[in-house]
Amino acid sequence: MLIKPLRVAAAALSVAAISTSVLAADITGAGATFPYPIYAKWADAYKKATGNGLNYQSIGSGGGIKQITAKTVDFGASDMPMKPEDLTKEGLIQFPAIMGGDVPVYNLKSIASGQIKFTGELLADIYLGKVKKWNDPTIVALNQDLKLPNESISVVHRSDGSGTTFIWVNYLSKMSPEWKQKVGEGTSVQWPVGVGGKGNEGVSAYVQQINGAIGYVEYAYAKQNKLAVGQVRNRDGNFVMPNIDTFRAAAAGADWAKAPGMYVILTDQPGKNSWPISGASFILMHKTQTKVDNAKEVLKFFDWSFKNGDQMATDLDYVPMPDPVVKLIATAWKEIKDPSGKALY
Amino acid sequence: MDFAFESVTRVFAIVVFGILIAILVSLVIGSALSLEKYGLRFIWESDWDPVKENFGALVPIYGTLMTSMIAMVIGIPVSFGIALFLTELSPAWLRRPLGTAIELLAAIPSIIYGMWGLFVFAPLFQSHVQPLLIDGLGSLPAVGGLFEGPPFGIGMMTAGLILSIMVIPFISAVMRDVFELVPPMMKESAYGLGATTWEVVWKVVLPYTKVGVVGGIMLGLGRALGETMAVTFVIGNAHRLSASLMAPGNSIASALANEFTEAVGDLYYSALIELGLILFVITTIVLAISKFLLMRLSLREGTRT
Repeated sequence: MLIKPLRVAAAALSVAAISTSVLAADITGAGATFPYPIYAKWADAYKKATGNGLNYQSIGSGGGIKQITAKTVDFGASDMPMKPEDLTKEGLIQFPAIMGGDVPVYNLKSIASGQIKFTGELLADIYLGKVKKWNDPTIVALNQDLKLPNESISVVHRSDGSGTTFIWVNYLSKMSPEWKQKVGEGTSVQWPVGVGGKGNEGVSAYVQQINGAIGYVEYAYAKQNKLAVGQVRNRDGNFVMPNIDTFRAAAAGADWAKAPGMYVILTDQPGKNSWPISGASFILMHKTQTKVDNAKEVLKFFDWSFKNGDQMATDLDYVPMPDPVVKLIATAWKEIKDPSGKALY
Repeated sequence: MDFAFESVTRVFAIVVFGILIAILVSLVIGSALSLEKYGLRFIWESDWDPVKENFGALVPIYGTLMTSMIAMVIGIPVSFGIALFLTELSPAWLRRPLGTAIELLAAIPSIIYGMWGLFVFAPLFQSHVQPLLIDGLGSLPAVGGLFEGPPFGIGMMTAGLILSIMVIPFISAVMRDVFELVPPMMKESAYGLGATTWEVVWKVVLPYTKVGVVGGIMLGLGRALGETMAVTFVIGNAHRLSASLMAPGNSIASALANEFTEAVGDLYYSALIELGLILFVITTIVLAISKFLLMRLSLREGTRT
């Protein structure tokens, strides 16, 4: 907070001294940790292209929501979309900026990556502690061709509150009424069984150390670390592997246009190839802007990133928003206005 | 000049006290919501359900006390041995390198201990030590319950062991320093009377240095109670109460580190701050008990013949 006025002062001084043309004010954002690498990458490329900087603090979704409601930042970011009524209450709008998702990972010596098949109901029963062994009849029934060992299932979950957890438990809640009633959904929940690892790296370390363990991590993390991943049955009844195409399919299948406040959670979406445990990360902004220039700059930044940033996102194993959704987002931006009621962008 | 010096030092001392009070006050204000809703019940409820907004601190309190206790049970005797060896028994050429090595241990950041614990120690512990403990001690009456369950490698026992490694340099460095303060004349007189090394340590060195020794132990205990990152990595972070030390648990500091950033909702936030308040209170109580013990000891001093 202290640094910004200093920096602005320094910039003003240098402008006065050398009398260069434009004063570039950095825009600030704070929130979710999951999209931090891609926002940082976009910000870097955007700075090179336009000379304008973005300062994004990955302090967590909860912190992002707090900071934007307190108006200490130009935009907030959250992995869990805010409910439409909360948005109205705080005078905020939200739009999705980037997608990713969760994948189930496991540690079974005899079974290679991508071979084992899960359903949402089965994953919920495992995480409820009802299915305790890898050769449980419900797992065997889905995987007739595999030789499943008589080993205990050790459940691993995230210990820190996270958007990754939110997507996972949201999916389990949709698939299992018992999960919904006993545990529910949130960025952290009361886990019935298992051990908690801090961050994706903590979960994957536990999964790799404990024989017969199952866990969930972000897709990008699983891919970069070559973890053994499972297939999951989607809403259309097909077993799918997690990859860029199945994530894109999930986003395309979602009905963004009809959702008030773009409140869409991408789990269990229709579509032949949809990966069922997908999620989007959201940006929060105030509808009425007092710092007009900063708000304009934020919108410019995301507009630029949607147009030029898809390859960067794919390189980092994120899934860029599909074009029809980007069009919808641009429509939503019309709601952001300056104090006189004129649309900014 | 004297006056200025006195005023400045006084201000410094008062500032410390003021900060302490300010922390306490802001903790109480921050946790007002949860204090109001749960009252004292917060301390013995074991539920921790952010979704239904139902919170209780029993699991993290138990985890904090248990891991610190394990650390102390292992750390105190070992540190005592180290300090004794360095001051009384070690050949002179070994003293300096050994002492420096121990001080270097104290300088390692705690996250390094945590990562080492998770990636190196936990797998070894899981495959070599835990099965022995579980098979050997798990069936014993009374204490058996502490060693039951499957060997995960992580859990309260692992956290306690890592903590003990972390507190040893603190305790042993303080102990060594105070042992060195014992006047050589006293020790030599005792040796002159025919006392063995054991008797000299037990009857001369320890009584002379007990305040410093207790101080060192408290320093270690303080670190163990508040240690965050190293514990988070290896404790297993499960909000469940289990009698077995092999099972995953949670500690106050680790729960805070894990959940604070994503705590959405006022009550959740407030409950976390109340956890911080409880840690503050626990530390204060521990310190108060140690001061009280020291006072009792020094009271008895005059009457002893």
